[in-house]
Amino acid sequence: MSLPPLRSLPSFGAGEDPGPSFTGLLAASGRAADIGRPDAAGPGDLSGVTHGTTVVALRHCDGVVMAGDRRATAGNLISHRTIEKVYPAGRHAGVAIAGAAGPSMEMVRLFQLQLEHYEKVEGQPLSLDGQANQLSQMVRANLTSALRGLLVVPLFAGWDERRQCGRLFQYDVTGGRYEEQDYAAGGSGSLHAGTVVKLGFRPGLEPAAAGDLAISALFQAADEDSATGGPDLVRGIFPVVVNIDADGYRRLDDSHVEERFRALLATLDADAGAANTERSPGDAT
Amino acid sequence: MNMPFYVAPEQIMKDRADYARKGIARGKSLVAVTYRDGILLCAENVSNTLRKISEIYDRIAFAGVGKYNEFDQLRIAGVRHADLKGYAYSRQDVEARSLANQYAQILGQIFTHEMKPMEVEILVAEIGDEVGTEQLFHILYDGTVNDESRWSVLGGETEAISERLGDLHDAGLDVAAALRAAVGALAGPERTLVADDLEVALLDRTLGRRCFRRLGIAEVDELLAGPRPEPGAKSDGAAD
Repeated sequence: MSLPPLRSLPSFGAGEDPGPSFTGLLAASGRAADIGRPDAAGPGDLSGVTHGTTVVALRHCDGVVMAGDRRATAGNLISHRTIEKVYPAGRHAGVAIAGAAGPSMEMVRLFQLQLEHYEKVEGQPLSLDGQANQLSQMVRANLTSALRGLLVVPLFAGWDERRQCGRLFQYDVTGGRYEEQDYAAGGSGSLHAGTVVKLGFRPGLEPAAAGDLAISALFQAADEDSATGGPDLVRGIFPVVVNIDADGYRRLDDSHVEERFRALLATLDADAGAANTERSPGDAT
Repeated sequence: MNMPFYVAPEQIMKDRADYARKGIARGKSLVAVTYRDGILLCAENVSNTLRKISEIYDRIAFAGVGKYNEFDQLRIAGVRHADLKGYAYSRQDVEARSLANQYAQILGQIFTHEMKPMEVEILVAEIGDEVGTEQLFHILYDGTVNDESRWSVLGGETEAISERLGDLHDAGLDVAAALRAAVGALAGPERTLVADDLEVALLDRTLGRRCFRRLGIAEVDELLAGPRPEPGAKSDGAAD
């Protein structure tokens, strides 16, 4: 006996039941999400819409750290100073997005719902591999839009309860999913941010050191890439830094991130001061 | 040509109601009680995998007794309704009242139009931000909705359990006292229920967005370890 079709309580015949998939449920109830609809992007070049920029993720001894700057750009203009690019996904994972802000945020929202819906319908959470695979399918479904300029390229990282370790995944526009052992970076400043992380990375970093390295990477990326926002001490805007470990997803307080930034600036200042004193006797002669 | 025998509508309804009630009374009972931080739901359930209590949405829980496959179908429909509504509008627009109405319509329609009524009794529980804003919608097999505010008893022997709860319950109880009151009411004077026989979950407003939390066997054991409340001792529990 299936439930009689009544107003908004959804019920489906045997062949149409979407199971634990929320996107499947949307499609089956005639409300398919725009993500992945081939015509959703419309004609023409849409590369001038709001874009989010640089995100990094790296593994440490207890899990993973993810960080993203706060700037969104439209062409050569800054369109938002305080957008967020790192979001929780389930209890033990996070997703960081780089690319067109609108479709990215919608994808994150759908992804979060997909995981929560699965957990509620099935009675247990999706495995980390299953989550990474779901995200892969969502990115692939967006390929047509991506080719018109609405790129969505996420990083996904989380604590794998079965393997008891932190894991991170990088994606490309075709939905290709690549598990990284150490670190990953995405977005316009990824070259610089990635290099900084690469040089500072050691296996088994302490979580605090990994956080500092991510902060330093974003600072250096902002120094070289106009689309990446650095720390804004005047307005009090700082990157989003999150730590994911066996206890779950936790965003670091802005005050803590500010303190770490000030520490980084003090180190850079001290280095510059030391360089000047070394150079000045030579200048005098 | 065979003519069907005439059966009075009253008789048809009565037979269906008896059928449904018998099916429900065969199973074990379930109680939901309000406590200081929200709502505690406690069921007698020997299975650790076939759940009677589950999460619907941020602040909404579902509980069912009777035929498992039937209330589980209702549970999944409820999760789908809530997630679709939250996606289309916003998370704060998903509320228990509208879901309870949908359930009542479905159960009512099946009761009057189908050969066999659903042998289930369900509860849609929701907590608000403050003490006293809890809502318990108790929906019967024929679509009757009862809006209860302090506690709810589902399944067989509801009157006896309800009477015992009346002696033990107080809205200011902490979680351990609320659990002991619920278990005491479920067990009655002659039985003792241990953690293994129970399925316990909370809607706890201190948990942030998703307020639903299951209590594991070890945790239930620990909470039950305190003294069993005596009838009439509820003021002591409130002072905890």
